[in-house]
Amino acid sequence: MADFFHQNLSYFLSGISVGGQYALIAIGYTMVYGILRLINFAHGDVFMCAGLMMVYLSSSFPFFISIPLVLAMTVVLGFVIERVAYKPLRSAPRMSVMISAIGVSYLLQNAALYFTGGLAKVYPEIPVLSRSVQIGGAATRLVTLVTPFLTVILVVLLTLLIKHTKIGMAMRAVSRDFETSQLMGIRINKVISMTFMLGSLLAAVASFLYFTNYASVTPTSGSMPGLKAFVAAVFGGIGSIPGAVIGAFIIGICENIIKGGASIFGIPGSGWTTFSDAFTFAFLIVVLIVKPTGLFGEKSVDKV
Amino acid sequence: MFEIKNLSVNYGGIEAVRDISLSVPEGSIVTLIGANGAGKSTTLRTIAGLVKPRSGRIEFMGEDITGKDPAYIVGKGITLVPEGRRIFPDLTVLENLKIGAYLRSDSIEDDIEWVYSLFPRLKERSWQYGGTLSGGEQQMLAVGRALMSKPRLMMMDEPSLGLAPLVVRDIFSIIRKINEEGVTILLIEQNANMALQTADTGYVMETGRITLSGKGSDLITDEGVRKAYLGG
Repeated sequence: MADFFHQNLSYFLSGISVGGQYALIAIGYTMVYGILRLINFAHGDVFMCAGLMMVYLSSSFPFFISIPLVLAMTVVLGFVIERVAYKPLRSAPRMSVMISAIGVSYLLQNAALYFTGGLAKVYPEIPVLSRSVQIGGAATRLVTLVTPFLTVILVVLLTLLIKHTKIGMAMRAVSRDFETSQLMGIRINKVISMTFMLGSLLAAVASFLYFTNYASVTPTSGSMPGLKAFVAAVFGGIGSIPGAVIGAFIIGICENIIKGGASIFGIPGSGWTTFSDAFTFAFLIVVLIVKPTGLFGEKSVDKV
Repeated sequence: MFEIKNLSVNYGGIEAVRDISLSVPEGSIVTLIGANGAGKSTTLRTIAGLVKPRSGRIEFMGEDITGKDPAYIVGKGITLVPEGRRIFPDLTVLENLKIGAYLRSDSIEDDIEWVYSLFPRLKERSWQYGGTLSGGEQQMLAVGRALMSKPRLMMMDEPSLGLAPLVVRDIFSIIRKINEEGVTILLIEQNANMALQTADTGYVMETGRITLSGKGSDLITDEGVRKAYLGG
């Protein structure tokens, strides 16, 4: 066992790291779903946009300016998307809002295509994150170690915000009952905006961590991590924040263990790597069949 | 203090409220009775700002509040205890009370104590989730939550709905007590008997119109009202 663990340490490490990145994205899906019952298909592309913003901004500003600027601009992007594409459809059927979300997703991808000319943009090396380190014999970047800790800290802060602040209480109320929340004097549009802004903020943080590992950004860079995070949110029980986080870590780790499958199952070469994405989506199908409400999902019949 | 003039409201494709006028004097209990679908709930929902009226005017303390949004109206001191109580099931009892005071920035501790003194049962269950309470306790919580906004006018939509007769009695005696503490009350009820006994003034609503009005004690002996709403 110890031997097995030692051989696969680097896969575990990158699994935990990728899992943390998925978790930060997945929270955005799950929070928006919790409040609007909407799968925000544009969320993965917001994450990609944060990556591109960093590429462009870091070429003209030092990191201590470009990083906060990317965070702020991604938050604004999330806010604007909600105001322009979802708010006007507040009383429309849910299907219309979902189609609008798919539209925004393509809009962002095409806007990115226009700006980048379709070329993969090299992601800047963020000083501390990209430093190489050795852990138990496995070579990796510092970002691998930072990610899980940063994820846990952010999740704890988010949980405190939701459990113990006025706006958090309003978010919980609005996610249950729009009309009664209004009767309490809560302006639901403000609360919904806040939810999108928080989700976008976390997606921006995830983009720093993720693209530091992957080194380049393309207009479709957001699709795959977006989908994986979505699977994680469904697995955890969509609407549940702890669910999304645990789901994301499980998916991140499984995916990377499969990539390391060569040494685990004694199969030569990298025969299993090809299947790591397929695994995630096969897993989604199994979850939907066996436990459609996920790990911590509310037992509601009102599902997608 | 509160006045509706020639209010008409379209709701769900029909003219649910047609040209009604009513007034609620400060410190009184006014009730609006009528059958299911007469337009009572729509009237209260319009006052609360959840539904926009087609025409007419709603005045509160001399100010025109027609068509304002719900947050503005709560801020002015009008609150609605909605039909079916609608407490937040996954907020604790205490949080349900706190959220009732959402717009307030002053200290709410005294008011929480006041609500707990009106409903000692809620204090015992302070840390329980709202969803775990019984129907009667939920109604108390809904009233307590509404009181947390420090209303001058409290509107109640069918507070007796689905409750045992003994609990209904409790709820109505609490309504009187709250009224004595200076909160004006506008109440709609299908339980016309109980409502008219409690109210100073009553209005009878039929298919969107107000067909009769008078002192509560007069309406209760009115032949037509007796036949239609009090079971002979």
